[in-house]
Amino acid sequence: MLGGMTAVTLNQFIPLPLAILAAVVITMIVGAIIEIVFIRWLHKPSVLRMVIITIGISILIRETALHIWGESVRALPYFTGSSVSSINLGGVYISSQILWVVGIGALVVAALTAFFNLTMLGRQMRACSANRDAARLCGINAGNMVTLSFMVSAAIGALGGCIICPITYVQYDSGTPLAIKGFTVAILGGLGNSTAAVGAGMILGILESFSIWVLPTAYKEAISIAILLAILFVKPSGIFGSAEAARLKEF
Amino acid sequence: MARRYLPIAAFAGLIVAIQLATLFSGTAYYLTQLTMTAYYSLVIVGLCMLIGYAGQISLGHAGFFAIGGYVTAFLTTCNLNLHPGVIVSLLGKSGALVARPDAYGGSLLTVHPWLACAAAILLTVVIAYLVGGPVLKLKGHYLAMATLGFGIIVYRMVLGTEFLGAADGITDVPGFPLLPGVLITGNSSARVSNYYLAWGLVILGMVLLLNLIHSRVGRALAAVHGAEDAAGAMGIPTARYKLNTFVLSAVFAALAGVLLTHYNGGIGPSEASVMKSVRYVAIVAIGGMANLWGALSMSLVLNYLSLRGYFGTYDDAVFGLILILIMLFAPDGLLRRHLFSDLKRAISRNPVEEEAP
Amino acid sequence: MKGKKGMVLAVLLAVILSGAFARAAEPLKIGAILSVTGPASFLGGPEARTLEMLVAETNKKGGIMGRQVQLIIKDSGASPEKAFSFAKQLIDEDKVFAIIGPSTSGETMKIKSVAEEGKTILMSCAAAEAIVNPVAKYVFKTPQSDKDAVLKIFQQMKKMKITKIGVLSSNTGFGGAGKGQIEKLAPEHGITIVANEVYDKAASDLTAEVTKIKAANVQAIVNWSIEPAQAIVIKNARQIGLKIPIFQSHGFGNIKYVEAAGEAAEGVMFPAGRLLVADVLPKKNPQRELLLKYKKDYMSFCSGEECSTFGGHAYDAFIILVKGIENAKSTDKEAVRTAIENLKGFIGTAGIFNFSPTDHNGLGIDAFEMLIVKKGKFAIL
Repeated sequence: MLGGMTAVTLNQFIPLPLAILAAVVITMIVGAIIEIVFIRWLHKPSVLRMVIITIGISILIRETALHIWGESVRALPYFTGSSVSSINLGGVYISSQILWVVGIGALVVAALTAFFNLTMLGRQMRACSANRDAARLCGINAGNMVTLSFMVSAAIGALGGCIICPITYVQYDSGTPLAIKGFTVAILGGLGNSTAAVGAGMILGILESFSIWVLPTAYKEAISIAILLAILFVKPSGIFGSAEAARLKEF
Repeated sequence: MARRYLPIAAFAGLIVAIQLATLFSGTAYYLTQLTMTAYYSLVIVGLCMLIGYAGQISLGHAGFFAIGGYVTAFLTTCNLNLHPGVIVSLLGKSGALVARPDAYGGSLLTVHPWLACAAAILLTVVIAYLVGGPVLKLKGHYLAMATLGFGIIVYRMVLGTEFLGAADGITDVPGFPLLPGVLITGNSSARVSNYYLAWGLVILGMVLLLNLIHSRVGRALAAVHGAEDAAGAMGIPTARYKLNTFVLSAVFAALAGVLLTHYNGGIGPSEASVMKSVRYVAIVAIGGMANLWGALSMSLVLNYLSLRGYFGTYDDAVFGLILILIMLFAPDGLLRRHLFSDLKRAISRNPVEEEAP
Repeated sequence: MKGKKGMVLAVLLAVILSGAFARAAEPLKIGAILSVTGPASFLGGPEARTLEMLVAETNKKGGIMGRQVQLIIKDSGASPEKAFSFAKQLIDEDKVFAIIGPSTSGETMKIKSVAEEGKTILMSCAAAEAIVNPVAKYVFKTPQSDKDAVLKIFQQMKKMKITKIGVLSSNTGFGGAGKGQIEKLAPEHGITIVANEVYDKAASDLTAEVTKIKAANVQAIVNWSIEPAQAIVIKNARQIGLKIPIFQSHGFGNIKYVEAAGEAAEGVMFPAGRLLVADVLPKKNPQRELLLKYKKDYMSFCSGEECSTFGGHAYDAFIILVKGIENAKSTDKEAVRTAIENLKGFIGTAGIFNFSPTDHNGLGIDAFEMLIVKKGKFAIL
C-alpha cells in the first residue's frame, strides 16, 4: 500500500519508472527505520511479541496514510497499453498488465532464489533464520540480517503494490487484507521458501476464483482464511515445507 | 477470603458513586456510554482470563462477540409470521415466541429474547469448542494468526450474508426483558436501571473469575502459563484446561454481544472487525495481562473515551499505538501486579531480567 | 474537550471579525455523525469537509438568525454502535438542534429511533428507502432514491431496445438495495435478468464474475455498487472482450472512478444528480447556479479537490435546515420540522426538493439525469 501510494504521488512529478524505483527505495527505508526503531533493540523478543508489534505498526501506517492521502482511491497508469487493450491467447483475454505482474513476479522469485542460494549474504540470512545463536557464533551479525530482511521484504511489497495497483487500485486501507493473504500463502508454501510460496499463491488464487461458482462471491475472502486454518491444523510446516526443517527452527 | 472481596466491594462502591455524582450534577447522560462500556468490559475481563492466566492469545474475540449479537438480533427480529410451519406453531404453543407490534403498526412474531440468548450462548459454546480444539494446539504466532483468521471468517460471513443484513447489520432489535419490569434497552427512561444491571453483571463476572483464579483450576492454569510441559508432566490436563478457559472467555464475549445488541437496538458488521479484536487485546495488554483489575479499569477508561469520540479520527491509531508501546516497553503489561516491587527493585539497582526466554 | 475549546475560540474569533459585538446570542449547535474514517470514508470525508466549509461561510455572514453555528462532527468509522453512542451524546448532552448524517444506511437505521425518542431532526446522508419509508416524524434524507435511479436506467434501456440484462452488485447496503429494486421493477418494464451476481465490496478482480455474465449472453450489464470495485467491473468486462453497454448506479458519480478505469470507462451510462455536469448544463436550468457555486467553493476550500455527489448530500442537508429555520422564523425544533415538511420547490445539489408530511425525501425521478462518460468526462446523454 505504502509503495503504491508513494508511487502514485511521485508519478505526478517524475516519469513512471523513476517513480516506482523511488517508491520502492522509500518503502525500503521505511522498512529499515521500522525495524531499527521497533524491533532491533529488543532483547530476544518472542515471535508472538513481534507479530503483535507488527500488527500495531500496520494499523499505525494505515491511519497515518489516511491522514496524509485522504480516503480517495488512486491508481497508476498501465505500464503498456491501456485498461481496455488486452492480448488474446487462444480465446482467453489477458490484460497486458497481468503479463507485467507475472513477469516481474517471476523475476523477483528468481532473484530471491539466487540471492539466498548463491550469495554469501543470502546464506548468512538463511543461517540466522534457522538458528540465530548458532549463526551469531559463526560471526554473522544477526541484527543486521534482520534489518536487511525487513528492507528486502518491504521493497518487494512496495514493488508488488506498484505493479498491481493499475489493476486493483490503491487506497489507504488496501494493505491489511493483502498482509493476511500474504501470510496465508507464506504458511501454505512453508516459511522461507519463495518458490513454493509462488506455487501456494497460485493454488490459493485458483481455489478462490473457482469458489465463486459454488459459493456466493462475498465469501471469497473467507475461503483463503479457511484454507489457512486448515493448513495450520493439519500441517503447520506448509504443504511444500518439510516438517523436520520446521522443527529445527526456533519458533 | 475477605481480602479477595474487598476490591469488589470498593468497585461496586465506585459504580454507585458515579451514578450518584451524575444524579446530583444533572449529567445522567454519561450513564448511557458507561453502560455500553460495561458490556465491552465483560469481553475484556473474559479475554484477560484467557491471555493473562491461561497464556493463550486470541485475536478473534470480536468474532464471538458478533456471534452472540447476531444470533440474538436475527432471532428476535425475524418475523415468523412470514414463515408458518409445524415448528413455528409448536414453538408458539410452548410460549417460546412473542408477538409484538413493530414500530409502524404491523405485527411481528419473533423468538423470545431469553430463548434467543440461550441459543446464542449455546452456539458460541459449540463453535468455541470446535475452533478451540485444534487452534489451541498451536503456539506463538501460529496461534495468533489462526485466531485472527477465525475473526476474519466471522467478519466476512456477517458481511456477506444477506439475511444478516450484509453491511447494514440488523436493526429494530427489541429490548431484553431480563426480569419483570427490568428491560435492557437504550431508552433514556431506563438509563439508571440499565447502568446498574450492566455493571452488576460485570461484577458478577469478576467474582466468578477471581474465584476461578484462586481455585485448583486457577493454579493449574498458572502452571500451564509458566511451563506447559512441566505442568503436563505433573499430571495437569493442560489441553483441557486451556480449552475450557477459551470457551469460558468466548461465552463472556458472546453474552456481552447479546446484551449490547439489545441495548443498542441493533448490531453491524463493525462489531466483528479485526480492529475490534485488536482493541480488546490492546486493553488487556495495557491493563497488565494477568491482572483482571487492571484490565477492567483500563477498559472502563479507554472504552468510555472511545465511545465519546474523544480520539476523533485517530481512534484506531490510538489503540494501535498503545499495542506497540506496551509490547515494546512492557510486554508483561503495564499495570502489573508486581509493578511496585519491580520499581523498588529497579531503584535499588538490582538488575531485573528483561524478559524470560 | 480540546477540540471543543478550539471550536469555541474559532467561533469567538469569527464573531469579532464580523464585528457582531452587539449580539452575544448562544451558538446554534448542529451535530454531525459521519464516517470520516473506516470503510465508508469516501462518503464521510467529503461530507465532513462540505459541512465545515458551509459552517465557516454561514458564520462569516453572521450566522443563522443572528446566531453563530457550532458544528460538532463525530467520526463514527461506519460503526453502528458508535453512531448510537454519539447520537445519544449529541441529543442528551450537547442538546444539538439537529443531526446531519450518518453517512451509511446501516447507521441511520440504528439511530432512527434514537432521533425519534429525542425529538431531534435527523438529516440522513444515506440513500436507503427504509430511512423514510415508513416515515418517521423527525427523520429526513437528502440523497435520491434507488428506485428512481433504477427507473431512469430502465427508461434508457427501453430506448435502446434492451431486454436481457446481467446484474452485478456489491454486498453492501447500497448494492443490496439496488439489486432488490432492479429485481422488483424489471418485470414491469419487460426486462429479464439472465445473470445475477453479488461480489465483495473490497474485491480487486472481478474477471470471474464478468465471465459468468458473458456466458449468459446478455445485452447489457447493470452494476450496482459504490466502491472502487465498480471501476474494476468495467475494466474486467472490457478486458475479456465484452462490448455490450454497461450501466452503473448513481454511486458512480465520482470522476475518480472514471480516471481509475481509464479508457474502459468510455461509454458507460449512469443516472446521477446534475452536480457532475454543472458546467455543461443549459443556462436556464434552475440548479446550475447553486451547483457551480458549490463546485467552486469546495475546490477552493479543499485546495483543489473535486467535489462529489456525496458531499452534495451533506450540502443539501445543511441548506435545507437553514431554510427550515428561516421559514419557521425560530429555532424551535418542532416548528422547523414542520417548515421542512412544507418546503416546496427548494433547489438543492441533488435535485429540486418537494417535501410533504408523507415524503421526507422530496426528490422524484426528475432529480436524475442520464449521464455518459465521454473522453474521460461526464456528459449528458
